[in-house]
This record gives sequence, structure tokens and C-alpha cells, in this order.
Amino acid sequence: MWSFSNISSSIHHWLNESFSPTWAMIIEMVIAGVCIIGLFATLGLVLVLMERRVAAWMQIRLGPNRVGPKGLLQSAADTLKLLVKEGLTPNGADKFLFNFAPFIAMMVAMLLMAPIAFAKDFQLWDLNIGVLYISAVSSIMVISILMAGWASNNKYSLMGAMRSGAQIVSYELSAGFSILTIVVFTGSLNFNEIILSQTNGWWIFKGHLPAIISFVIFIIAVTAETNRAPFDLAEAESELTAGFHTEYSGMKFALFFLAEYINVFIVCAIGATLFLGGWMPFQIGNWQAFNHAMDYIPSSIWFFGKTFFLIFLIMWFRWTFPRLRIDQLLNLEWKYLLPISMLNLLLATALAILGWHF
Amino acid sequence: MFIVKYIKEVYSAIKSLLVGMKRTGYYFTHHKEIITEEYPDNRHTMVLPDRFKGEVVMPHNEKNEHRCTGCTACELACPNGTIKVITKFDITAEGKKKKAIDKLVYHLELCTMCNLCIIACPSDAIVMAQTFEHSVFDRSKLTKVLNNPDSKIMEGIE
Amino acid sequence: MTEEIGTTADGDLIINVGPQHPATHGVLHLVITLNGETIKKVEPHLGYIHRSIEKMCESLTYRQFSYVTSRMDYLSSHINNHACALIVEKGLQVEVPARAKYVRVILDELTRIASHELWWGAMAMDLGAFTPFFHAFRERESINDIMEETCGARLTMNYIVPGGLMQDIHPNFQKRVKDFISLYKSKIDEYDELVTGNIIFQNRMKGVGFISAEDAISFGMSGPAARGSGVNCDIRKLYPYGIYNQVQFDQVLETAGDSFARYMVRIREMKQSVSIIEQLIDNIPEGEFLAKTKVVLKLPKGEFYTRVETARGELGVYIVSEGATTPYRIKFRSPGFSNLSALDTMARGSKLGDLVAMMGTLDLVIPDIDR
Repeated sequence: MWSFSNISSSIHHWLNESFSPTWAMIIEMVIAGVCIIGLFATLGLVLVLMERRVAAWMQIRLGPNRVGPKGLLQSAADTLKLLVKEGLTPNGADKFLFNFAPFIAMMVAMLLMAPIAFAKDFQLWDLNIGVLYISAVSSIMVISILMAGWASNNKYSLMGAMRSGAQIVSYELSAGFSILTIVVFTGSLNFNEIILSQTNGWWIFKGHLPAIISFVIFIIAVTAETNRAPFDLAEAESELTAGFHTEYSGMKFALFFLAEYINVFIVCAIGATLFLGGWMPFQIGNWQAFNHAMDYIPSSIWFFGKTFFLIFLIMWFRWTFPRLRIDQLLNLEWKYLLPISMLNLLLATALAILGWHF
Repeated sequence: MFIVKYIKEVYSAIKSLLVGMKRTGYYFTHHKEIITEEYPDNRHTMVLPDRFKGEVVMPHNEKNEHRCTGCTACELACPNGTIKVITKFDITAEGKKKKAIDKLVYHLELCTMCNLCIIACPSDAIVMAQTFEHSVFDRSKLTKVLNNPDSKIMEGIE
Repeated sequence: MTEEIGTTADGDLIINVGPQHPATHGVLHLVITLNGETIKKVEPHLGYIHRSIEKMCESLTYRQFSYVTSRMDYLSSHINNHACALIVEKGLQVEVPARAKYVRVILDELTRIASHELWWGAMAMDLGAFTPFFHAFRERESINDIMEETCGARLTMNYIVPGGLMQDIHPNFQKRVKDFISLYKSKIDEYDELVTGNIIFQNRMKGVGFISAEDAISFGMSGPAARGSGVNCDIRKLYPYGIYNQVQFDQVLETAGDSFARYMVRIREMKQSVSIIEQLIDNIPEGEFLAKTKVVLKLPKGEFYTRVETARGELGVYIVSEGATTPYRIKFRSPGFSNLSALDTMARGSKLGDLVAMMGTLDLVIPDIDR
């Protein structure tokens, strides 16, 4: 059967036969880097187009339909526009930090890609502490936002950055707790093991109530962590014009923009991996025929299907809800999500100890 | 009790959010509700109402005749000085001098489409046209002469 | 890097919101003093879109000057024109035909609904929800189509002239208005589903932007913004003009005085407007639509004042006449100006995000404030 793992292992074999192991490794790294950058570009294009379509249909509009067939080239045209635009650096800005910030945002997004399993046996880095790595690296994101906000020498940017700092720091807690629920169930921080533990059913089904609650909390928390509406206080168009990236233009803005979408993809991929079984096909108990049919769908399609479903959910939030106020945002976290997720973790631990999950 | 109130609060909050999501979800899946008009493409099928105030025009009949007597009622009625009537004296067949328009200059760039000139006109010489694509690259193109070259006043209009 | 300018002596941040800012819906310039996210002071700076409409009107005749007022509060241009027509009719002692009176009131209420629809969408957008904006425009579009068919324009109609109407109503008018009412009634529940009932929205609106009835009166607030504080100020009830004394409708009053109260006043007012239209649309009397007036209108020497209830509040027109063809002095008492003056009192102590919500509930139209 066609799969990513076959392709990658055949490339690996061929390289090791033709070159010395050191060179083979270097070439493999270059290939992986190019693939990730390519994935970034395509994901950016696809997600921007998807967002615009989702927004348009929810707002009883048609959406992009002028550039290319059915508007498919719209985001390519946007990228071209951003590429040729001048990237201004304001006069009073801290030039080094100002220009450096978008790259940090991008680097963080790239680093986060490493432990994600895109398909069966197809992973850049099979890390034994994958979940921990993700939670650790994703908090670097806030540094780039704070940096951008501070270096812009703009009051709106500064306020956006400060809001974002408060927001990401607090929402990381409940995101962490909801991830921990699954870690408690599986007893592993390794993404591969977490996925394999879901062979007989996804955690959202077999984890009973705690898994569902932690899934809901996870979705809310990651929406906040990626600065998406209704938690887009760092940007808050109607309040802070564009928040932390008010002063950015051209490609520097595009990097922030792209990083936002990549982050959405990554958190949704993690959500899909933890709660919806990653690349595991959907299987029901002992319906053999049904399970076999599901197995024939390639694992990468399962993974991307689940991830895009979650992305759609997050977009759905954005185009339905109004924005929260900063104090309400923190209230929601500290008064509702955090206590609930702590209790939930306790419940999950009890379930895991008693072995009541399947 | 505190905990019951807390749970009720959470429940009603989530319910209100789901109601909103149901509404947007409905529109997401029901594309018949889309109301977008694809403007430059539907130009040929688009019908503007007959009263639409697009620009002032002077209708001419097939013999290149208009109804304007040059009374300047429109010029007086106009709040912004949009219309300028330039008159001349024609020599009629009986050898009499008769006042007629040389040019009726209309400044589209000043016009606010208030319709006051149309209702002021005693002989219905000017009407509002249903055009609306007025943008041009040169401002001078917005200054128009409404009567056709060599046009004459219709018989029987005083 | 920090510069001296931009902070007060106490170290509070001074931020210019506007004149170009997404939430001000025009060229309003607010200088706000912030302590963290908390607002200490709001200072509106006006004049960016001042077109000296009052002075312009002094050089226009009584037939001409009402078209300029369409450009004042462009969302209730019919009502502005109505006010101008009323004051000229008052000065000339002209009796307006009944048909014109009915049509004027129907158009006024349609304008009010259209204005409130736009406000609803724009306010939801201020709060970060983009979708309601487009949903509101769907209903508003059908009102604009009615206006386009009957009045010939969608926004600046100049259809109500001294003595009656410029043209008779379009033959389709009644049918289309009824169509609109049935469309509106089928969609009004969506507003509650999308915005009013939403927990985030309610938390954003309830308890913020409080203004007491006394303060509202002392600032001269009017319209839905003041009725949210329980001030009895509906000109249609207090000083009925047109045929408002013959129709049944309630003055919408809320007593909470916060942003949510002002929001609910407008939502309920739309329903009242629909009921007014329903009462009138089948009973438009036949007959003349324009009273006979002289070609050149001259108001007698003296002072005249009329007031109407626009979508934003009380619009007063004050004319000093010297008996000439043009007014000697004209003054518009615009509702937005007085309502904006209350913003400072409302906003002190609340968060920056709430300022946007308050500006939304005041329903500011900047050309109306500046004229």
C-alpha cells in the first residue's frame, strides 16, 4: 500500500547505498528541511484560503472567486503582493529586535513541527518526551510577540504584546493540564506511543468524561494560545488596530501571519494526535468489514482529515463569537478552565488507577 | 448552593455559544442563502429602478431635437452650481429672433443627484439617467454638454 | 527609547484613538489617558470632517438646503430631510397632504430600521464578531432597495421636500415594504441567537458604560442612548409630528443605564418601527402628495424651531429668518454631539475594550457630530 513511510525508507536506503553515512544524514536533513518549508508554504496558502472560504460562507458571501479557478490562487496572489511590498522599519523602533521578532515566531513554528507524526512511521523526530517538548517550545512564541510589541515603539503594539503575554502564560496552564490527562491515561510522553495506545479506540471515546472535558478545555486553551478570535486580544482589530504587528508590513508581517496559521495547524495536529488518535483509522469494536475498509484509507489522510476538522472548529469559533475583554479572558482561565481541568485531571487519574478506561 | 449555581452558569454559557455556532453553521452549509451579487459580471442582467438618480441627461428625439427652452430654471434650482445654461438667439423662419440654448453645461463632478433641477424644469427637458459608472481618468471628462451638437428645440415647446 | 511625549506626569499612557482607527467609524479623534488597561480620561477632538453645513445652508434657498442635511447624519437622511421640510412648512403655514404625511412616517421608520441594522452589525464588529455585520446588511439591503425604487437613491435621498414629497410613491412600494416586513420577521430571531444571547456578548455589555438618568439629562443626551438610562425623551411621543399621534407604539425604555440597556433599546425599537409601518402601510390615503406652494419660498421674519427623532436622538433645526429667500442663520442640534459628550463620564474606570463597546452603543455618526 502507498504510504509515506515506504517512500522515506526507500530514500533512506538509496542514500545509504550511494553515499557515506555522514553525507546520507546531511542530505536527509536537507530534504527534511526543504519538505518542512514546502509544507509551511502550502499550509499557509491552504489555510488562508480555507479561512476566507469558511468566513465567507458563514457570512452569506461567496468568498474569493476571482484569482484562478474558483479563487484557488487567491492566497498565492496575496503572498505575491506581500513579497513585493516594502517592509518598513519605523524610525523609533529597536531595529534589531524589530526585524528579528518575526523570525523567532517562524522558528518556533518550525521547531514545533518536529515531533508530529504525519502518518504511520512518518515523523521527523521520534522524541521520547514529545509532549513535553511541544509544551516547552510553544511558550517561546510569546517572546516573539513581546519582542515585536516592545521593539515597534508603538503604544498599541506594546499593549497588544502585554495582553498576549498575560494570555499565553495563563492559558498554557490549562492546555498543559488537558494534555496531562491523556499522558496519565497512556503513561507516556512519546507521541508514537500515545497514538499506538489508541489502536482500539480514540481517547475521546474511551477516556469517558475526563477525556471529553479535557478535549473541550484543550480546544479553548489552544484557541487562546494561538491568539485566535474570540481570544485575539493581542490583535484586537477594533481596539488596538492590529495589536503587536501594527507596525509590520510586507514580508515581515507575512511571517507573523503565516506563523499564526502554522501554529493553528500544529495545535490542531496535537489535539488530533492526543484525543482523536493521530493517524489511527476510525474503528468500531468488532465490525471487521468496517474496520478493514477504514484501514484502507491511508494514515496520512486520517491525520490531515482530523487536523483539518479541528482547524475548521477553531475557524468556526472565530467567525461566530465576539471578542472577550482582557479581565474576562483571565477570569475564564483562572476561575473556570483551571479549576475544572485540575478536577478533571484528578478524575482522570482515578480512572487510570482503577483501570476503568478500556 | 454554590456548586449548582456554578454548573448552571457553565451550562447556560456553553448553550448560548452553541446556539450561535448553530446559526453560523447553518449558513455555512446552506449556500442558497448567499446574497452576493457579482457586480461586473452581472452588468448585463442588472436592472436599476427607473427612478434611480444617476446623472442628468437631456433626451433627444430621432430628429435631434430636445425640449429645452433655455429658461434657466434648472440653473436656479441647483444648489451647487452644477448646471450652466448658455443661451444664444436663433433666427426663426419668420425672421424673428428667438432665445435658444447654445450649450447646457453640466458638471457631473459637482452634482449631488438631489433631483431639484428635474422637478424645476417646466418643459421636462432634462431627466435622470440610470447610469452609475461615472469614474474617468480625466476630471475634465466629467464636465458634459447635455444638448447634442446642432440639436434644435422641438416644435411646439415654448 | 522612551520619549517624553505620550505620558502624563503620573506616568499614565496617552493614546490617540483615531482619527484613523477601525473602531471610530469615521474620523473621530479620542485622546485617552490609560493606566494600564484602565481608562482615566477620554477627550474627544472634533473637526476632522467639519464641512460647515450650517454656513452652507445660509446661502441656499429653503427648497435647496434640505439636501445638504442628508449628508449630516447620512444613516437617517430621510428623517433629517423631514425635519427641514417641517420647519419650512411651519414657517409658511402649509398644510401637508395626508398621503405625504403617511409616506413620510413610513419612510422615517424604514430609515430608522436601516440605521439600527447597520448599528447592530457595526457594533458586533467592534466587539470582534464579524459575521453579524453581513447578516445585518442583508436586511438593510432590502430597505435600500425600497428607497432606491421610490426615492431614486439609496442613502442621500432628498425625497421629502417642503410641502410633501418630491414624487409620488412607486407602485411597488407597498408590496415591497410588506415583503421586507415578512423578511425582517423571519430573521429577527437570528439576531438574538448570534449576538444578544451570546454569553461573551452579554458579559461585554452588562454593567459597563453606566450613565445615570441625571447625567444623561445634564449632558443633553437623547434618543436610544438616553432611553437606555430611563430618560423619557422620545420626540415622537412628546412632541408628535407627522402622524405619530395617530399610530400606536411604545416608547422603548430601559432603566439599567449600561451598554446592554442601550443595546436592547435599539433592538426593541426596531420591532416598534416595524409595528408602526404595519399600521400605516395598508392605509396610505389617496390624493395629492405635494401641497401647492409658491415657486420662491420666503419664511416670514422670525425664529423657528422644530425637532424630530432621528435614529440617534433628537435633531433640532433652528432658523432665524429675515424674510429673505435664504435663512439668515441656521443651527442644527445634532444628537450625536451631545451623546458623545457623555463618553468621558461613561468610560472612566472601565477597560479599553469597553470603550469600543460604549462607542458602539452610542451609535456615533461622525459627520453628524461635526456637520
